Amino acid sequence: MSLEIRNLHACIAANGTEILRGLDLTVEAGKVHAIMGPNGSGKSTLSKVLGGHPDYEVTEGEVLLDGVNILGMEPDVRSRAGLFLAFQYPMEIPGVSNANFLRAALQARLPEGEELEATDYYARLYEKMDMLEMDRKFTARSVNDGFSGGEKKRNEILQMLMLEPKYAILDETDSGLDIDALKIVSSGVNAMRGPARGFLVITHYQRLLDYIVPDVVHVLVGGRIEHTGGKELALELEAKGYDWIKDDIAQAVSA
Amino acid sequence: MSTELLESTVQAKQIDIDRTAGNFSYPEQHTFDAGTGLSHATVDYISDVKNEPDWIREYRHKALDVFFSKPMPTHWASHDLENIIFQNIRYYLANGQKPTRSWEEVPDDVKKTFERLGIPEQERKFLAGVEAQFDSEAVYSNMKKALGDQGVIFVGSTEGLKEHPEIFRKWFGKVIPTGDNKFSALNSAVFSGGSFIYVPPGVKVKHPLQAYFRINAENFGQFERTLIIADEGSEVMYMEGCTAPKFETATLHSAVVELVAMKGAKLQYVTVQNWSANVFNLVTKRAIAHEEAEVKWIDCNIGSRLTMKYPGVVLKGRKARGEVISIALASDGQHQDTGAKMIHAADETTSNIVSKSISVGTGRATYRGLVHIPKHLKGCKNNTECDALLINSTSRTDTYPAITVRGTGNSSQHEASVSQISAEQIFYMQQRGLTEAQAMSLSVNGFVNDLVRQFPMEYSVELKRLIDLEMEGSVG
Ligand SMILES: Nc1ncnc2c1ncn2[C@@H]1O[C@H](COP(=O)(O)OP(=O)(O)OP(=O)(O)O)[C@@H](O)[C@H]1O
Ligand SMILES: [Mg+2]
Repeated sequence: MSLEIRNLHACIAANGTEILRGLDLTVEAGKVHAIMGPNGSGKSTLSKVLGGHPDYEVTEGEVLLDGVNILGMEPDVRSRAGLFLAFQYPMEIPGVSNANFLRAALQARLPEGEELEATDYYARLYEKMDMLEMDRKFTARSVNDGFSGGEKKRNEILQMLMLEPKYAILDETDSGLDIDALKIVSSGVNAMRGPARGFLVITHYQRLLDYIVPDVVHVLVGGRIEHTGGKELALELEAKGYDWIKDDIAQAVSA
Repeated sequence: MSTELLESTVQAKQIDIDRTAGNFSYPEQHTFDAGTGLSHATVDYISDVKNEPDWIREYRHKALDVFFSKPMPTHWASHDLENIIFQNIRYYLANGQKPTRSWEEVPDDVKKTFERLGIPEQERKFLAGVEAQFDSEAVYSNMKKALGDQGVIFVGSTEGLKEHPEIFRKWFGKVIPTGDNKFSALNSAVFSGGSFIYVPPGVKVKHPLQAYFRINAENFGQFERTLIIADEGSEVMYMEGCTAPKFETATLHSAVVELVAMKGAKLQYVTVQNWSANVFNLVTKRAIAHEEAEVKWIDCNIGSRLTMKYPGVVLKGRKARGEVISIALASDGQHQDTGAKMIHAADETTSNIVSKSISVGTGRATYRGLVHIPKHLKGCKNNTECDALLINSTSRTDTYPAITVRGTGNSSQHEASVSQISAEQIFYMQQRGLTEAQAMSLSVNGFVNDLVRQFPMEYSVELKRLIDLEMEGSVG
């Protein structure tokens, strides 16, 4: 069981600019992989391409979710197949309450004709909200509408806890969170870790990885994975920055 | 404004309306059939069949002359009005004479729509024109008895003018005079059907009165005429229509609704209408609110080729309050030209207008408002909000708020917004597992949610289902 990305090339559909340039990465169920990398290297693009965002066009490669190529699927089909994306910049949906939104998302996973049981749903929702120390008033508020940066990130994790995906991609979930929130959110993620679930955690800061300890750390530069290591790689990057990896690439190219 | 008009003419020609959607064929054998075309003979015919008193016959004849003398209001309204061919229209079909067709003849997509909307079997048959009358006589007569004990009158307009002339005549045509506009004149000449309601002083009618309970062919007619009088300190809510599409053969519908709220009365009028895409729906609705009275129009317009409807309140007494809450859904090829009129004519009167429109495909929603607070009044307030949501890049909306507030101590607050559901929002919702259509529905329902909550429960549920259906159709 794994989320397997093979030689992925993707460009911006509007102008053909290639952003992902032959990316290989496999997240096995039960593992946490972290991705670090300079601004603009393609981390968010990778997550959106995996989700099926219409702004990007895949020109080459495959993405296999437990062996099934998901690239031809609509974004909602991928979601229901078990892929979850916690966005770097979550969208605001005015008028749609958080509770109704999650309810619709869960309802969409049930077979035709089956109704989500309301009392069970709210019991579960409240349980997860308590876990994330979210005030009950967030159930009635419109999705992310007027939420602070940190509240939005917490709300992404709430959705993940409710939807129980097989593979979750967290794009800079830590940015915008205060120290306490970071611990709370991390424990929410850790509670979901298990043999049946894989995580891809995108971050700029080693600090998050103190709480969500990764099995593997990758460095994404210029649309490719240029370096892979253990959790100590994050510490090394924090100390040395990315230049040494870029230098390595330059040397490899000129050699 | 003139380029605007030009544009709309061009648009009207480009719009490809499916004129077959509401077209059923049926054997024509009506005993009481005024034939097609409009003349003084038509008016006499209607008056004869209805066996009406002379005053109303004269009223009709005069109205017809006014209708003939008035030009089409195309200097401000859609030029699509020019496509109405008055001589090809049937102006009267008597009660019980409505054409019938068999359920087998009803097209499958129509049946499917009824099913998806969860319309009960019996109602489906009526709505599809299979049955001319609902089997709701029992419900109606029970209600009628309970109301009658309180002195409430709830009858058809013809019965009203014959049986209760002392009340009917006093108010009929006073809120909306014959010559108010070309279509109110037309209605005054050929009206049939609609309701007459009188609520005596102090009586608070608990349950909403629904036209629904006394639906018959005439009641759902083309030229309904409704008159409601809420006497001093009384309260009543009236509901008409339903969200199910009505499959009409008649292409012109022109109703007139007059409301009178006497001192301290509370009157609410709720309309939910969904016309088939071949219908011109040109309606005049107005209320007079006396001292400390409250009138609220709740209006939902769906379907039709062109709807023109601007419910109004004349705030005639001190501290009177008027409100218009409206939702318009303009689908492909449709034009919803709706809005509100608030005429402040006394001190300390307040009015509130909240209008939300959704345009889908080549649909077009126009908001037209008129708020008038003259200089000599004191302490008047108006609040106007109009929000438009555009679903596709071909959708269109325009706003014409005409607000004149003069004098000191009077105020008006006006907010308007146009929004679109962004591709990013749709992606976000799809990433959580909703299909594109579900994502659209959820956003659209979210957009109108605060207004829908003001509708009676059964309507809000139906509305939600209807929006779901529309959104399914709007995405590939
Ligand atoms: N839809 C788009 N239109 C134009 N440019 C885009 C689009 N999406 C991504 N890009 C560009 O592609 C590059 C990669 O962007 P991406 O958001 O994936 O970077 P990132 O690695 O997530 O950076 P950060 O660490 O700052 O979040 C950037 O140069 C960005 O400007
Ligand atoms: Mg990013």
